[in-house]
Amino acid sequence: MLAPGFADPVHDAQGTFRAVMDALARPGLPQRLEAGLNPPAPLTPELAAIALALTDADTPVWLDAGLAAVPEVAAYLRFHTGAPLTDSPAQAAFALIRDPARCPPLARFAQGTPAYPDTATTLVFALDALTSGEGLRLTGPGIDGTARIALAPQPDSFVAQLAANRSGFPLGLDLILTAPGRVAGLPRSTAVTEGRA
Amino acid sequence: MYVAVKGGEAAIDNAHRLLAEARRGDPAVPELTVAQIREQMALLVDRVMAEGSLYDPDLAALALKQARGDVVEAVFLVRAYRTTLPRFGASAPVDTGAMAVARRVSATFKDLPGGQVLGPTFDYTHRLIDFALAAEGETEPAAEAEPRDDAGTCPRVTDLLAQDGLIEPSPPDDGAPVGDLTREPVDYPADRALRLQALARGDEGFVLGLGYSTQRGYGRTHPFVGEIRVGEVAVDFVPEELGFPVPLGRIRLTECQMVNQFKGSGTAPPQFTRGYGLTFGQSERKAMAMALVDRALRAEELGEPVASPAQDQEFVLAHCDSLQATGFVEHLKLPHYVDFQAELELVRRLRAEFFRDSDSVQEAAE
Amino acid sequence: MSATGTHELFPSPLRGGGRGGGGAEGTTEPRSAPPPPPAPPRKGEERGRTPSEAGYNFAYLDEGTKRMIRRAILKAIAVPGYQVPFASREMPMPYGWGTGGVQVTAAVLGRADVLKVIDQGADDTTNAVSIRRFFARTSGVATTTRTTEATIIQTRHRIPETPLREGQILVYQVPIPEPLRFLEPRETETRQLHALAEYGSMHVKLYEDISRHGHIATTYAYPVEVAGRYVMDPSPTPKFDNPKMDHSPALQLFGAGRERRIYAVPPYTSVRSLDFEDHPFRVQRFEHPCALCGAEGVYLDEMLLDDAGRRMFVCSDTDHCEGRRADGHVGTGEAV
Repeated sequence: MLAPGFADPVHDAQGTFRAVMDALARPGLPQRLEAGLNPPAPLTPELAAIALALTDADTPVWLDAGLAAVPEVAAYLRFHTGAPLTDSPAQAAFALIRDPARCPPLARFAQGTPAYPDTATTLVFALDALTSGEGLRLTGPGIDGTARIALAPQPDSFVAQLAANRSGFPLGLDLILTAPGRVAGLPRSTAVTEGRA
Repeated sequence: MYVAVKGGEAAIDNAHRLLAEARRGDPAVPELTVAQIREQMALLVDRVMAEGSLYDPDLAALALKQARGDVVEAVFLVRAYRTTLPRFGASAPVDTGAMAVARRVSATFKDLPGGQVLGPTFDYTHRLIDFALAAEGETEPAAEAEPRDDAGTCPRVTDLLAQDGLIEPSPPDDGAPVGDLTREPVDYPADRALRLQALARGDEGFVLGLGYSTQRGYGRTHPFVGEIRVGEVAVDFVPEELGFPVPLGRIRLTECQMVNQFKGSGTAPPQFTRGYGLTFGQSERKAMAMALVDRALRAEELGEPVASPAQDQEFVLAHCDSLQATGFVEHLKLPHYVDFQAELELVRRLRAEFFRDSDSVQEAAE
Repeated sequence: MSATGTHELFPSPLRGGGRGGGGAEGTTEPRSAPPPPPAPPRKGEERGRTPSEAGYNFAYLDEGTKRMIRRAILKAIAVPGYQVPFASREMPMPYGWGTGGVQVTAAVLGRADVLKVIDQGADDTTNAVSIRRFFARTSGVATTTRTTEATIIQTRHRIPETPLREGQILVYQVPIPEPLRFLEPRETETRQLHALAEYGSMHVKLYEDISRHGHIATTYAYPVEVAGRYVMDPSPTPKFDNPKMDHSPALQLFGAGRERRIYAVPPYTSVRSLDFEDHPFRVQRFEHPCALCGAEGVYLDEMLLDDAGRRMFVCSDTDHCEGRRADGHVGTGEAV
């Protein structure tokens, strides 16, 4: 028996989208995300909500090893979104990353093209916690001065990878960071440095 | 004392009421029924279906009634409705070779299998107003045609030419999904399928003018009407879960196959080239103009210089849609007074500077 | 209903047999599940019933279209000033009349939003009234004329005078999104120019104005550079409004329906009007205060009062003007 999707498809999708939109418009500032979903583990309610709100037959989705290993996850996403799953990170419109610590190098995902930078992959991370006001220092569009956010866990060489991502602007990936009940954005336009305490 | 204008809502409501009155006209005259429009304004209905990209004669007739006979407005109503329809998939390609022809003429052969079928056409009518039509009355039934031995077989002229290799082959179906310009923004250069979609729903007048321009030398294509056929074809759909075609119904189409300018080289024998037109309903003018423009738009593919408007796909595709054109032209009647004020301020300043400068030039001269 | 949930179906107003076509205006109930597929077409005359907006999805667009537009909006925010192509739908209002802004608003709008719609700065211009009604009927959301109360403001040609705040969204209706269009009409060319950040021709054009007129002759749709990268058309707002875009706390979304483009400026983002060291960017100034509320430093409409040349200048932003008058500010009421 498949777990149900949104109880209210129209308004739950809208609410999820608005939280993600606000998150990308204000990088590093976590927004509330009440998914109201109970998807098969290890898919988190937040990853599931974003997939249900934003993916469909037009958006190839890539799953990380932990998610791909559980057939119920693919079945759930296929049933509720109709999105094709892809094995190739470079083909993915969205990538769902349950274990960010073991995320493939960012450069393996679609970076967009100079004529169409919008064709880059959107990565969605499931983190244990997102804490604002400490951790990484962020500057760029959407940020009034500087923002700070701490990711737990933080992937290896994350800051160096993000610096490389930023340096290719307008090409590059956009990251949606989720934690239980929260979502934050790290679009390619954001410059990220290590935070000193 | 000036009081700011209010009452946009009341004005809109009143405008809607006035429109409804104007639509009805003199109530002493009987109201048109949708069936009357569908049956007696059939070519107008066909045009609305063609440019509306929706085959539904009743809906097109109703749209015409609602639009007071304004074609572009009726197309608009049909398109806005079409957008809301669910899509279950794409039909199998219709086989116009199997068309039950009501009319079929070829300009390239005097006679051919299936024969020339004149059918219902204005072509040889003398355009004299028939005052008898002002009085209501029944028309005489048309005479039954003499049956021919080859009736029922009506191969396409281009297929006959292709048997001898005299015309370029129709490009094979490579199985690739066909784009849909109503679902995806056009990315230039657009392939031929997308160009044909745009032309099929393009404004008849615009496409006609472009086609005409190619005949006058702006992208000449040496066209011959290989064939025009009008008639009904079956539409089949293959549901994924069944795997075999299910008939959905029949639609009336007009198809024009132009035989154009031959090409060849030291390595390839000369062959005629093709231009293609297809519309819903009966519209030979549109199908022919479309075929001319289709061929002109193939200039680059066929190694011809792209120098004329009809050969320029960005120009043609960006401007052939009657709804886009009418919307943007007519939007000029919306208030623009904020921008006009900005221009007014600049022009007044520039004029003041102009006269100040010319005054000082004059003073210096005195 | 499709098992995947990707085809939200809703009946049309014309084929609404059995859908209870008598829904009153503005009472569209949010549905928890999409309605059943439309009844099969019927021949003949029975379809010409009074349309009922109750048959349409929340905010008119189907969910698949909203998803497509939402994805475009997210990429637009991630690449500020870049024009994201999107599959603009044919809306029940004409191209050129706000179909892009309407689609963006429909994709963003939620039940808790409060919507304001202005055209030329005014809430009561006919097209603003028409679009506001469209959303009131199809979504049932609250509408307002007050800038401070709105969460989403759809606009044509103006940015409100009242400073916007965090959490507000300004949706611009855009006719020609391509700032380079009048220098290079071909999309294939302009796309390359943006890819290479090759904006020299724009500077040349502005400088030609200076040599001919002594001033930059662009007074509205004045090009801006966003976040130091893309040159962007701010929509045909007067250049008076350009400074309001720079580091605005509000999110700015731009929708061009006919041209099928969406672009965005996130909050707190640099928006610089193109200019030259010896010809710095300057906005329009009006010699007179608003005759109704006495406001200075705002954009004014010029009203012709008679055929003898008498005119009066009043606020273009009607809400701002009404708010000031409610606070006791009075203008001279005089013609000039």
